[in-house]
Amino acid sequence: MAASFYRDLAEIVALSLEVSLGAVALAALLAIPLGAVLALGRFWGRGALVLLVNAAMGLPPVVVGLGLYLLFSRAGPLGPLGLLYTPTAMIIAQTILVIPIIASFTRETIEGLAAEYGDMLAVLRAGFGQRLATLLAEARPALLTAILAGLGRALSEVGAVMIVGGNIAHYTRVMTTAITLETSKGNLALAMALGGILLALALGLNLAVGLFRERMRERAHA
Amino acid sequence: MQNRIGPWRHALSRLLQALALVTGTFLAASALAASASAGTLIVQSTTSTRNSGLYDHILPAFEKDTGIKVKVVAVGTGQALKNAARCDGDVLVVHARPDEEAFVAKGYGIRRHPLMHNDFVIVGPKDDPADVRHARSAAEALTRIARTRAPFVSRGDESGTHKKEKALWKAAGIDPTAASGSWYREAGAGMGATLNMAAGMGAYTLSDRGTWLAFNNRGDLALLFSGDPALYNPYGLIIVNPAHCPNVNLKDAQAFRDWLLSEKGQKLIAAYRVNGEQLFFPDALPQKDGEAEKKDK
Amino acid sequence: MPDRVIPLRPASLDRKGTDAPICRLTGVSLERGGRRLLDRIDMTIPQGRISVLLGPNGAGKSLTLRLIAGLETPSEGTVALAPGLGTDDVGLVLQRPVFLRRSVHANLAHALAIAGIARRERLGRIAELLVRADLAHAAAQPARALSGGEQQRLAIVRALALGPRLLLLDEPTSSLDPRATRAVETLIREIHAEGTTILLVTHDVAQARRLAERVIFLADGQVCESGPAKTFFEKPRSRAAAAYLEGRLPARPGNASDP
Repeated sequence: MAASFYRDLAEIVALSLEVSLGAVALAALLAIPLGAVLALGRFWGRGALVLLVNAAMGLPPVVVGLGLYLLFSRAGPLGPLGLLYTPTAMIIAQTILVIPIIASFTRETIEGLAAEYGDMLAVLRAGFGQRLATLLAEARPALLTAILAGLGRALSEVGAVMIVGGNIAHYTRVMTTAITLETSKGNLALAMALGGILLALALGLNLAVGLFRERMRERAHA
Repeated sequence: MQNRIGPWRHALSRLLQALALVTGTFLAASALAASASAGTLIVQSTTSTRNSGLYDHILPAFEKDTGIKVKVVAVGTGQALKNAARCDGDVLVVHARPDEEAFVAKGYGIRRHPLMHNDFVIVGPKDDPADVRHARSAAEALTRIARTRAPFVSRGDESGTHKKEKALWKAAGIDPTAASGSWYREAGAGMGATLNMAAGMGAYTLSDRGTWLAFNNRGDLALLFSGDPALYNPYGLIIVNPAHCPNVNLKDAQAFRDWLLSEKGQKLIAAYRVNGEQLFFPDALPQKDGEAEKKDK
Repeated sequence: MPDRVIPLRPASLDRKGTDAPICRLTGVSLERGGRRLLDRIDMTIPQGRISVLLGPNGAGKSLTLRLIAGLETPSEGTVALAPGLGTDDVGLVLQRPVFLRRSVHANLAHALAIAGIARRERLGRIAELLVRADLAHAAAQPARALSGGEQQRLAIVRALALGPRLLLLDEPTSSLDPRATRAVETLIREIHAEGTTILLVTHDVAQARRLAERVIFLADGQVCESGPAKTFFEKPRSRAAAAYLEGRLPARPGNASDP
């Protein structure tokens, strides 16, 4: 009984991490270039796009979940992919939720650094790629913070994964959906304990990244 | 003239290395997801059956017997029917008989099989200000609540329980939605969340017996009324029609149906108890189980 | 580490200067927000010389440097470099140099990488540049923690990393004490001695006297006069320049042009 409880718990924690870390990695891969392009690019519609990305930070998870549900439903346009009620669908949902956060943060950071280093890079005759690489490298500590913020959103979000994942035991049940379930069963103490574990997890990840960032700063001056 | 290789290559490769690591995990996860879709069955079910713990009790035996992996998506009956109509599921286990029959009539499902039943109960604060305890029928119980304007929490989510509740109000000749927002409170939530709200505000509510028995946060709530035949709560099983949804995992769905309706499956349902109380009464056994017919009170 | 200064490039043939222009500005004007910051400037920068762009604050000296470096585009007129040269051959050291939040060594490595110097050559070049700037002891320090004079020297050798033919220096000693100023001036003379043409912006008359071979006097967005340093300091032709040399009024806006 107790052993199976801890096994189930480990499973849920592992899936939470897998889904949210996967989503944040994917989001970073897409959002950092997007943010950099928004910061450095000068093209028609850029202002509107910046506004859109900023507004999308407030995208309600349930709306994202619902949209993806309609898309992934077997009767929906992407139904044949069979993604509904899978961890993959959950990763996609959280990726969409995290992209605006990382993209906005990246744009803001890169814009600030571009103002600071613009003349220096122009004088060094840096090309667009070199300019971008320099700014991204200098932005690393700030980008880590952006990624952490994204991870926080992914780990704490319940609306989207509930709808596209279905909260299926041993398959798509993550921390937040498990908390919702236990709450609805009236197991408030267990739900609270799960919440505590989620908090500890977030704390641990923040601590780890914080230490890494410190080391990065030190190395920058080594 | 000179080959302009910058530090960006270095920075980029580092970034890519870090991301590749995590992305690898992600790809492994999706590969796992893809491989798992073979030989699995998606059951669109009600929250009441899931929250009661019934599936945890019977599914391991089924999976052991057949090797078929069952994934239960628990939502309100209304949403379960809609999800299944969109082909997002192979089997339905729900409790709203008229809607189930309409589902089959529209060609979405093959046939409705009576699976099991329990009953609805009216729960409320122990001091029972509306004196529901002494009502002679469910309709009368609701009439008393309406007359005293005692708070009542409705599911308000088109679930099987909500549909039943609306039918009971209708039978009592009361339109509670006129009082929506005052003593009649529509939660728009699942059974468990609704019970939490009722416990929190000392309100009455209608619950299926299974969820009530398994519910752990009763606070001041007590079972106040049950036993009226109008509170009968039958669960049906429907296989989604492959003519409507070609993706349906028909073979496994049939195995699931046959196993649940078999003597073994039915006895397992009857054997599930929470705190010594039976939650569900099988409907597909050839002979009536005497003990299963025991009514409370 | 080399114990003597190795020239970055063989000294060019025109070591003494040929007076052939390395850069020519013709009728250059620059307007920003309806204000005319530079007004029909004509000037030539002779090759191999140290030219000094002298003038009061707000005369448009820094803007002129940015135009020559290609950081700004003129509203009118042309900026032409000697045949065969491009903006890649023009180095610019900003008045307040900006460094990456990295070590002195890493900042030079970054500049060399951008200049396309192969990785295996960089270490040697960095060592060389550090010796030139007299910063070998500070290689591992954060660049932003250096003193003002050290930062200027680092910025100058970083500009050298790109191998410029024309080096533009924007008030490199404006906030330095005499000792640090001397160190920077020594470095400038060395760079000039190796054949790099220098255009130095300053408002410091004494510094101009020490370094200039030619002087261009700029006031209120216009060139008041230009010519050999000796002539300029002994017999300034414009009233604005004469006044400036005597430490009297800085040229008043809108009243800078002299006969």
